[in-house]
Amino acid sequence: MMRDPRFAVVVFPGSNCDRDCLHVLRDVLGYPAEFVWHEEEDLSGFDAVVLPGGFSYGDYLRPGAVAATSPVVRAVRRFAGAGGLVVGICNGFQVLLEAGLLPGALVRNRGATFRCEWTTLRVERADTPFTSLYAPGEVVRMPIAHGDGRYHAPPEVLEELEQRGQVVFRYVDRDGRTTPEANPNGSLHHIAGLANREGNVLGLMPHPERCSEAVLGGQDGRRLFESMYRWLRDRALLAAGRTR
Amino acid sequence: MNKRVRVVVFLKPGVLDAQGQAVQTGLRALGLEASEVRVGKAFELTVPEERWRERVRELCERFLTNPLIEDYEVYEREEVPTP
Repeated sequence: MMRDPRFAVVVFPGSNCDRDCLHVLRDVLGYPAEFVWHEEEDLSGFDAVVLPGGFSYGDYLRPGAVAATSPVVRAVRRFAGAGGLVVGICNGFQVLLEAGLLPGALVRNRGATFRCEWTTLRVERADTPFTSLYAPGEVVRMPIAHGDGRYHAPPEVLEELEQRGQVVFRYVDRDGRTTPEANPNGSLHHIAGLANREGNVLGLMPHPERCSEAVLGGQDGRRLFESMYRWLRDRALLAAGRTR
Repeated sequence: MNKRVRVVVFLKPGVLDAQGQAVQTGLRALGLEASEVRVGKAFELTVPEERWRERVRELCERFLTNPLIEDYEVYEREEVPTP
């Protein structure tokens, strides 16, 4: 019998969105999900890994830099290399960049202010494992809460990201336009979220786990986790079909 | 003997230094003027003297800085006896 896709939510010292992620996965969506401590070196038995938001290691040195050296991130690198789904949210995105699993860097916001507010995003790719339940070009609402979320990469890297279609979410206004006012932190190319070349690792600054229930004022984040679940289930069904 | 060095890190030119801009705004508010303000950080490291330049370079490039967005300079301090 095929088992349900299982989610790991990594806990670093200083993570503070880990419980929110587990709550959405387990209580709201009913998926098998467990916490995984940062010293864990084995992710076998999991199908997806969530690196949650927070301030791992107090943001010392650079946000995500110390976490990127932890045993679990070595395991995440192997897991991603084997095709597992990995999503890094906020501080989790910073960890993925510091670990070299995604290109570029996140630096202090334009204006040097912490921004905690709703943003509107355009879904640039609806054909990834994380976004299949969104429509291409759909404008969604997700909240941000960060001080270091300004995406930066050298011009040649930005060009390559655009050419390969790795930008998954962009900050836009309600009408889907990339106006300067719609960009909360000064991110280059309005980048809010991007995937690796293979498409199985996603990092984003907005918090989908904070908008997965109507009571929280929006549910646009929920489909991200549902897309992952569906993609993993379809992959497992396909594999089961092949071996029959 | 050990070598003591000071490493000074700044954002590369071209990477928006939001802290530097904020500090400049604060200076202006006090009627003080600086045509450019950049905010960086510093590390003091003590390493074995043998191949110290190489050791410090590796520390800087693998962990202390993000070479994508930051530049660093190494300044020699006095030699310190190994405890």
